[in-house]
Amino acid sequence: MTPAFDVVLVGGGGAGLRAAIAIAETAPRLRVAVVSKVYPMRSHTVSAEGGAAGVIASDDSLDEHCYDSISGGDWLGDQDAIEAFVREAPQELLRLEHWGCPWSREPDGRVAVRPFGGMKKMRTWFAADKTGFHMLHTLFQTSLKYSTVVRYDEWVVTKLLVDDAVVHGVVALELSTGKIEAITARAVILCTGGCGRVFPFTTNAAIKTGDGMALAYRAGAPLKDMEFVQYHPTGLPFTGILITEAARAEGGHLLNKDGYRYLQDYALGTPQPKPVLRTMELGPRDRLSQAFMQEVAKGRTINTPYGEVVHLDLRHLGEKLINTKLPFVRELCMKYQNIDPVKELIPVRPVVHYMMGGVHTDINGATPLAGLYAAGEVACVSINGANRLGSNSLPELLVFGARAGRAAAEYATTAGDAGDAVLAQFKDESRRLEHELLQSNGRERIADVRLDMQRTMEESAGIYRSGADLARGAVRLRELQERGRRLHIDDDSRTFNTERVSALELSFMLDVAETIVNSALRREESRGAHQRVDFPARDDQRYLTHSLAERQADGSCRIGYLPVTITRWPPAERVYGEAASHERAHHAAGGPVPTREGV
Amino acid sequence: MSERITLQVARYRPEKESEVHFESFELPCPKEWVVLDGLNHIKDNVDGTLSFRWSCRMGICGSCGMLVNGEPKLTCATFLAEYAPGPVRVEPLRNFPVIRDLVVEIGDFMQKLARVKPWIVRDAEKPLSDGEYRQTPDELENYKQFSMCINCMLCYSACPIYGLDPHFIGPAAIAIAQRYNLDSRDEGAAERMQILSEHDGIWGCTFVGECTKVCPKHVDPAGAIQRYKLQSAMEWVKAFVLPRAAQ
Repeated sequence: MTPAFDVVLVGGGGAGLRAAIAIAETAPRLRVAVVSKVYPMRSHTVSAEGGAAGVIASDDSLDEHCYDSISGGDWLGDQDAIEAFVREAPQELLRLEHWGCPWSREPDGRVAVRPFGGMKKMRTWFAADKTGFHMLHTLFQTSLKYSTVVRYDEWVVTKLLVDDAVVHGVVALELSTGKIEAITARAVILCTGGCGRVFPFTTNAAIKTGDGMALAYRAGAPLKDMEFVQYHPTGLPFTGILITEAARAEGGHLLNKDGYRYLQDYALGTPQPKPVLRTMELGPRDRLSQAFMQEVAKGRTINTPYGEVVHLDLRHLGEKLINTKLPFVRELCMKYQNIDPVKELIPVRPVVHYMMGGVHTDINGATPLAGLYAAGEVACVSINGANRLGSNSLPELLVFGARAGRAAAEYATTAGDAGDAVLAQFKDESRRLEHELLQSNGRERIADVRLDMQRTMEESAGIYRSGADLARGAVRLRELQERGRRLHIDDDSRTFNTERVSALELSFMLDVAETIVNSALRREESRGAHQRVDFPARDDQRYLTHSLAERQADGSCRIGYLPVTITRWPPAERVYGEAASHERAHHAAGGPVPTREGV
Repeated sequence: MSERITLQVARYRPEKESEVHFESFELPCPKEWVVLDGLNHIKDNVDGTLSFRWSCRMGICGSCGMLVNGEPKLTCATFLAEYAPGPVRVEPLRNFPVIRDLVVEIGDFMQKLARVKPWIVRDAEKPLSDGEYRQTPDELENYKQFSMCINCMLCYSACPIYGLDPHFIGPAAIAIAQRYNLDSRDEGAAERMQILSEHDGIWGCTFVGECTKVCPKHVDPAGAIQRYKLQSAMEWVKAFVLPRAAQ
């Protein structure tokens, strides 16, 4: 059977579009399809605010960006991947400049850079505070140049077609008509982003339901480092809308209920009048979110109908700076919280923001399944280790989107055709979508199961975790999987049936949730975003390894391990604030790995 | 405890109904709720068949445009309490074919967007090794406003010309064309001018200005269209007055 396409991309956000353009440019004769459950310009890349890191300043160096990323990730990132990433990021950002991205500029017309949390030097490119929006629209509009790229807009991918451990395409459902098709291809690249919606309180858009992760997992590809879930320290209560780190980089303060800059109590340095890199409010996201939980425990947060909050204070920055550097922050606060940051304190709390983990890939986006690639948040290369630094994810989707695109294109030129097994799989999947999901007459409401899953995740796999809570969470998720098989679906229409999509998304999320909880349960240490109250120290003896979650035949999840690649930066203690200036000296001395105190 | 509010929601399922009807739902109305929260409340708890698009809930993805009491709005940025005690009418955007319930067909815009060549057009691209194209903050400011379009379709829904003549290329596509024309890195204005000067291009607009009024991102498509008309007229005059080399 000759496939319809050479490469099919699942997802049309930043990574997917960058991959599509990479293929169109390097192999213009290949037939490429972008299959996306939303119009590409609606993809969640659009919401990224702060910026994209790439070394261009004369006082900066590739090694420093590497070191910040490695230490920020608590030594769990693969250093060969980080080196490649850091080397290629500036080129990719520059390419986007050539394609028209409206980067903010210096007075002389050069691209401007801003400071960002966890970064020791100014290296974050930005387009005001709508960087992801501008990057996505630039990529999408540029992709329209290439007539070889075929789009399947508003098609939901429900299954990967796999024959004898080789991927040959996808099964997809057209939302507007209910049509089900096998979209066959020599290679598939997953670019579906993250899965924040498995948690109750998240910055992630409604579409971030872990589709690609679950598709890969079901097809037999392992998910790596799924226990590492990044909380962003500053989300608006109720909506979870993100207030960008740039608000702190420009000088915003975090205050507890007494108006006290509480971060000084958590080994993040002492308050300075001006923002200092890698210090206080510019510490890394995991530490800031953990400090919040400590403040809650001390009773020093502010109680609201939507839970505990602290305050982000921008008032001292003045209206002019807020309007020029943080216009979107002001717009979001006024439109969604009815608060003006020029005059008022902004209530914030940590919100689930980003998955460090994802589909296990190598440095070219290839998964262990032949013909299957992944790039962007859905993937775990890993450059983010145990905690991603702000402004590394946007360049990541460019660098690895392009790499995966080129690698898949090369693979597609040599791959063989699919056998008949793929046809049988397509028929089975069609039957499932038509019968089980259109005539589903169980008793469980989708929203109820989803809410219980989200609560389970927050209770068991939140900012602080324990073996007991995680074990309980794992059992609950098994029960929720059962309930998820007895859904009641009101909607039996084939026309734009969003309830059927919600059922598919719920089932993706349940699988992903199980990998998160099981990976977290097995990792008996604290590292980066994974904090175990019962194992408060980092344990490099046992856990300087990636977790690999693999699906078993009975649907359960087995955890294996894979060593971390260390090239030039042996594990050291991760320190912020004034102590950070001593850090490099220690690292240069190559001293023994210090044990770390619990937070 | 919060007040309650009645939502009258347009329903249409082409397989079952030949025309649109309205269904009423009584909902809680906490002050933080936007119209979209009301719709999600219905979908999750009352009627799972209600269909609508949404994603980011922060006014940037452009998915959730609908008519609220007849006005094109992003439903994620429209507080329900502003309409209390209601009733509030929620309908699909005007001027588009309705697929189902609150979901409209926007394929026409997607084609028009591609037609205006919304990418940097240059005779020669300089190599990456030569670094960025210099662009001063003033040059950026020149087109920045037009780069803010989120393709939410509110302007098409408000545009009386598009309502009468679906061939009209429409406010957002013209604003996006202008975004590239005014970009100091771009050399494609002449190519785009040809496309936009066709009969269904900018001349269709009678400067009603409704597009600018409803734009949630202050893009001012009406301004883009006027500016374009002027520029186009100048080009047309120049084509007669000046020899080709001087144009």
